[in-house]
Amino acid sequence: MTNRKIGRGVAMVGAGMSRFGSFPDLDTRDLFVDAFQDMRQSVDKGLDPKDIDILYIGNYSSDLFEGQGHTAPLMADWVGLTPIPATRIEDACASSGVALRQGIIAIASGMADVVLVGGIEKMSNLPTEEVTDTLATAGDVLYEIPAGFTFPGFYAAMATAYMHRYGATPESLMQVGLKNHDNGALNPKAQFGMRIADIMAKKKARAQQKGRAIPAWSDEMDFLHDDRANLVIAWPLRLFDCSPISDGAAAVLLAADDIAHRYTDHPIHIIGAGQASDVALHDRPDPTTIGSARRAGRMAYDMAGVTPSDIKVAEVHDCFTIAEIIATEDMGFFEPGRGYVAVEEGLTRRDGPRPINTSGGLKSKGHPVGASGAGQAVEIWHQMRGEAGSRQVAGDIDIALTHNVGGTGQTAVVHVYERRN
Amino acid sequence: MSEHRFTHTLFQQHLDEQKLPGSRCRNCGELYLPPRPLCPNCHSGDMSAEMLGGQGRLIAFTAIHIAPTVMLEAGYSVKNPYFAGIVQLAEGPAISAQIIGVDATQPQNIKIGSQVQVAFIERSGSEHRALAFEVIR
Repeated sequence: MTNRKIGRGVAMVGAGMSRFGSFPDLDTRDLFVDAFQDMRQSVDKGLDPKDIDILYIGNYSSDLFEGQGHTAPLMADWVGLTPIPATRIEDACASSGVALRQGIIAIASGMADVVLVGGIEKMSNLPTEEVTDTLATAGDVLYEIPAGFTFPGFYAAMATAYMHRYGATPESLMQVGLKNHDNGALNPKAQFGMRIADIMAKKKARAQQKGRAIPAWSDEMDFLHDDRANLVIAWPLRLFDCSPISDGAAAVLLAADDIAHRYTDHPIHIIGAGQASDVALHDRPDPTTIGSARRAGRMAYDMAGVTPSDIKVAEVHDCFTIAEIIATEDMGFFEPGRGYVAVEEGLTRRDGPRPINTSGGLKSKGHPVGASGAGQAVEIWHQMRGEAGSRQVAGDIDIALTHNVGGTGQTAVVHVYERRN
Repeated sequence: MSEHRFTHTLFQQHLDEQKLPGSRCRNCGELYLPPRPLCPNCHSGDMSAEMLGGQGRLIAFTAIHIAPTVMLEAGYSVKNPYFAGIVQLAEGPAISAQIIGVDATQPQNIKIGSQVQVAFIERSGSEHRALAFEVIR
């Protein structure tokens, strides 16, 4: 694997997002307008949209979710960017992480100076079983899906293999959800925005209001073991091990390092970028790790000239609780088989030595699949600039990382970010 | 040139005849399940047909409660979950399949490493047989 360098430096000079959630009255274009406006407000010295040379839109499946194809020019139109090139990038749940990479490539090549990277998805129009079917098309529809696999099912199978090998339990997985809900409660853009204890209190209040028996959960773990409150989706994964069905959009503004000063004195440089592909889950030598993520991580670390211990904050792809544990191992934060111990010991909490998913992650912030990769970059933008409010991680956040996975790892894309002043 | 086109149609025809077909690269010797027309290892197009015996070992599994449409049509549901898993065949390749022979409401009764035997099952709502493996011990 050749250690490549970015030919011309690239920086984030703005980043924003819509709220993530379920919005029956909003269409994708409305969510993208929200993200665009939020991004524009984040540009310290202001943005003239005429400066944008290219628009890349990460989107998994507007075709199946909304019956709308050819979405990129439509998004360009709705925020007033036509006639610039507008192109949709599809790599399942890694779509906008890969769109970010394409933006970097465009600037590094000299083909653009300023690129807008968007991510969009509107999933809530469809009933749950059709969402399940649509997400399953990110697997192999000839050789994986006929087995009866769903996306929760794939990750559940990775979980059983991981638990068997390393001794993790369903309770280890639940700790990821508890942590990410704690973080999401401090994120005003998050879909849930509630700790699990808050969700329990709300359910108790509703039962009382309706004159039903008030559930007698003794604590959060008791709640998470309740088959009625926390339905098994694909054993051992339950509802609170799974990211939700979400609508949302994110927007990241990239500029060449040499002109970034026009937009801000506090840019966030992207110093490492890696991407890799892989075969179906059953064709891989080990279902307890995502090889493409490991490879993308190595590419990004080598390009950046940093090591895992340099990373102060990371947003990783926690589409399911097991996915976060595996991600923290694949990114080199913990040895194989130690990621579950780390979360049990609180090492990945916001105030721990290795903060993971301070935004709430996909689990609590929400997972509008095509918007998630760009959404991760938005959190990094806020954390590195000290603008993350009540969820701000203490200390000097000079190096950070995002890890975004498509499918079960048929695609993975990793970026490393640096703040220099 | 190969004597067969190693397509999904061919694979499904074999399942319907209760056979498990693979293809082996005549250049590098790699064996593939499902059969492939081009060897991803050495890029040779010179592949020969090879049937697999159907014995294997379970390497990952899940009991699926929230089922996709195809399995809902086959009669599965929250109240009637099923297992999906990954099986490594004795000959080496691994594949995704439904796992049968154990009650999916009791997932603790199935163990990774279990010996399994191929089964070609009929599902309501489909005219074709589906690939499954039965847990034998």
